[in-house]
Amino acid sequence: MTPYNPFNRNFGTGTRTKAVRPDMKWHELTRAGNIYEPGNANTYETGDWRSIRPVWNKERCIHCLMCWRYCPDASVIAKGGKFETFDYKHCKGCGICAKVCPVNAIDMVPEDEIKKVKEANKDEE
Amino acid sequence: MATLKELSRVEERFVGGHRLCAGCGHGISVRMILNAVEDANVVVGCATGCLEVASTIYPYTAWNCSFIHNAFENAGATISGVEAAYRALKKRGKIDRDFKFIAFGGDGGTYDIGLQSLSGAMERGHNIVYVCLDNGAYMNTGIQRSSATPTGADTTTSPAGKVIPGKQQPRKDLTAIMAAHNISYAAQTAINNWQDVHKKAKKAIEVEGPAFLNVLSPCPRGWRYNTPDIVQITKLAVETRFWPLYEVENGKWKLNYKPKKYVPVEEFLKPQGRFRHLFKPGNEHLIKAIQEEVDSRWLALLERCGETPELPPR
Repeated sequence: MTPYNPFNRNFGTGTRTKAVRPDMKWHELTRAGNIYEPGNANTYETGDWRSIRPVWNKERCIHCLMCWRYCPDASVIAKGGKFETFDYKHCKGCGICAKVCPVNAIDMVPEDEIKKVKEANKDEE
Repeated sequence: MATLKELSRVEERFVGGHRLCAGCGHGISVRMILNAVEDANVVVGCATGCLEVASTIYPYTAWNCSFIHNAFENAGATISGVEAAYRALKKRGKIDRDFKFIAFGGDGGTYDIGLQSLSGAMERGHNIVYVCLDNGAYMNTGIQRSSATPTGADTTTSPAGKVIPGKQQPRKDLTAIMAAHNISYAAQTAINNWQDVHKKAKKAIEVEGPAFLNVLSPCPRGWRYNTPDIVQITKLAVETRFWPLYEVENGKWKLNYKPKKYVPVEEFLKPQGRFRHLFKPGNEHLIKAIQEEVDSRWLALLERCGETPELPPR
């Protein structure tokens, strides 16, 4: 740990090489609150905000990618110009993708229903 | 015009994990605009507002590109300073890569508080793009009225009550103010038409000199409509001519979309909770006044664009 010195202009720059973590102490933080890792919000999960979940229907999907275009959370992952999967870690369940889908290939299912189905499957096992 | 298949291969510059509300129009607009940048390096500045406070909560940043933090009133000044520094360093050979400069602001940070710094940046002719994400109030601090709030809207500082029915004043026409700066490119667009947003964003980025984009970006919380209906509500704003799509290129006005049918402005007001009081009995004259304002603005716009000033057929 570097002792605090108000005249050291490079104070705090020790963390330039590594990512800032929420559990860091104040003196370990970067100078001027700079963030040196672009797009690190990816590690912050907003998926637990969701109360309804988009479920993809593979048969009906025509890979038009309208859902990808209109997702505010970049949670529709397209690979090679085709729908790949939903990013449930960041999806907030707004339901826009299901609404813009021209072939109704996305169903919005309440999270507690999914939980119930999962629990029922567990009981059977 | 690139297809969505091609565009989906472009690197994501506004990643998930930001803390905008579910279904926020800002996330969609920003992704569309940054997607149009394609492979160029980009520096983003953001005026204080929903987008800024939700995307850069320390120690996280949702921006997968260079980002510079701003206060409410100086996004235009900061981004023009960054651009000037870049040009100076480039001249001395200290930077060899090419960069594009984009500033985002909400309607509060653009129409009201940031107008002077934006006007200065446009006048000095920096090679920047300023994008205003217009959601029609200060949503970040709890839905206070701004000069972008439409007439009659119920906000916390223009509440609809027994005596006063929401906001009294008409909306400021910022795109026309920006076009009056004689900048290279100024345009108004809405997210219901992604091709339009993409085309205009691409043009704004590629053009030499300052460019301005005004994007209608609905707020489910402040407008109080059903969250998944974001595309429908924006489409209604365009169809009712409340938010016309046009562009001004080097002083030449051009209308991009002309509705085929006359759609009354009620259709746009009805699904929104902020206009609910206008539909109470005895308030018909208010809707009529809003309709008159929309029609007169539309006719003035048509005249500017060099088309015959007439309303669409009913």
